[in-house]
Amino acid sequence: MSLADPRVRGGYALAPKPSLRASSARTAGRAKAADADASPRGLLALSWAAPIVVLIVWEALCRGGYVAPHVLPAPSKVVQTAIKLVSTGSLFHDLGVSLLRAATGFAIGGLIGFSLGVTVGFSRVAEAAIDRSVQMIRAVPFLAALPLTIIWFGVGEGQKIFLVSLGVVFPIYINTILGIRQVDPKLLELAQVQGLSGGTTIRRIILPGALPSILTGVRYALAVAWLALVVAETVGAQAGLGFLAMDAREFLRTDVIVLTILIYALIGAGSDSIARVLERRLLAWHPNYAKGAR
Amino acid sequence: MSPISAAPAVAVRRLVRRYGERTVIDGLDLTIQRGEFVALLGESGCGKTTLLRALAGLDPIDGGSVDAPGRPAVVFQEHRLLPWGSLWRNVSLGQPEEGARTRAAEALAEVGLGDRLDDWPRNLSGGQAQRVALARALVQEPELLLLDEPFAALDALTRLRMHQLVKELIARHRPGVLLVTHDVDEALALADRILLMRDGAIAHEIRLSDEVSIQAARADLLAQLGVLPADRRQSSPASLSQTPA
Repeated sequence: MSLADPRVRGGYALAPKPSLRASSARTAGRAKAADADASPRGLLALSWAAPIVVLIVWEALCRGGYVAPHVLPAPSKVVQTAIKLVSTGSLFHDLGVSLLRAATGFAIGGLIGFSLGVTVGFSRVAEAAIDRSVQMIRAVPFLAALPLTIIWFGVGEGQKIFLVSLGVVFPIYINTILGIRQVDPKLLELAQVQGLSGGTTIRRIILPGALPSILTGVRYALAVAWLALVVAETVGAQAGLGFLAMDAREFLRTDVIVLTILIYALIGAGSDSIARVLERRLLAWHPNYAKGAR
Repeated sequence: MSPISAAPAVAVRRLVRRYGERTVIDGLDLTIQRGEFVALLGESGCGKTTLLRALAGLDPIDGGSVDAPGRPAVVFQEHRLLPWGSLWRNVSLGQPEEGARTRAAEALAEVGLGDRLDDWPRNLSGGQAQRVALARALVQEPELLLLDEPFAALDALTRLRMHQLVKELIARHRPGVLLVTHDVDEALALADRILLMRDGAIAHEIRLSDEVSIQAARADLLAQLGVLPADRRQSSPASLSQTPA
């Protein structure tokens, strides 16, 4: 099998990693090399000091009346609001609605992307028939389809799930093809001399070989799914985190808005950790993933 | 010699293999008996790997016939272990599921890795990985075992240990063996019969026996390969047979 063509390679697989934690770890590593006399603990403290100072200044500005509450609430106010919304149960209700949308859209989009990817990965005919069209659709920023989805589905659940699915399809599709095409031809020869059937070859050699790439796709897809959901929910919803934020906007409740932004951020970071846990578990055999060496 | 059954491990008749215009194997004949260890020497590009790939069924043939009972087992130059499979999973690749682990455990014990059943290939040294590849081949109880320079990438000491191990294993399992190698000494150490391939056919054959000294066979092979000066080539021992071209 030949390597994937440049169109495929140029996609998500080679884009920079989205993980904030990974990039800050890298920066810390470089800094440590620069001035070796700084202790690791001191550097860790310093890395946390900056955001904490920002929080304190923010709090002070709000309390001193320099920033109006309807522009930006004090951090303490956001915490109070969080506690209140949790105690009434409405926060968890909206969070649940949002998570369900993301999960459903992810499952549908992932399944479509994976199926298409497997089909194209294995068949040159399927590639000729499908790949160009998919790549053309991929060239369109999928969020540009938002107005169209509202006309098609209204602002109900269907529209949100559709948009999430649409965003998820492409990274999964591209990385599945890439993974299948990158399976070592020598191992395929091995399958032949060991007398493996086609099905066994796929199960024992091709899919495990493609898994690292597919999981990279999953990681990007999780980030895209969440982004799509934020956009879809902000445009219009009757429940969910986006609804919570837009409802709060009507009443200038910036504390609630800031809270939803924070929750979105937490969930984004959480889904990235889930993807990394998946990688570490499923790729225990892989030298690059085994000891968390990423 | 242990009993050798009537049918040979492989019988090749007038084999032809072409790449485009170029004829890489040209009317080659070769028979390997069960229990017989044949080494195939020759310069790079003489067609020895092409012959092995044809016997393994990896490449189609353009003429002649290859008759072998059952599927041959192959050990390649690289171990070709599946990095995502434990050692026993690798050894039992293509084997029936039932009792696979037990049989893999026995095969791994034979190559001295009986305590590493659930280990990953990435934790193995080059020599250990090649031993697992050997176990994966022998667990199939092949009638024909094809070895494609399996020790070429190993360090000298490990290679000598592998030679010893292979000798023992072959003596126990008694498949017909075709070893493709660049290494004259490796061929002399392991084979019952050494074939020299040139221009797509067997150009020279040495049957090692008690009557032929290793030294004489070695000198003859080196002369045939053009390593020794031409005048010594004339005086090749009479006990060596020249196959018709």
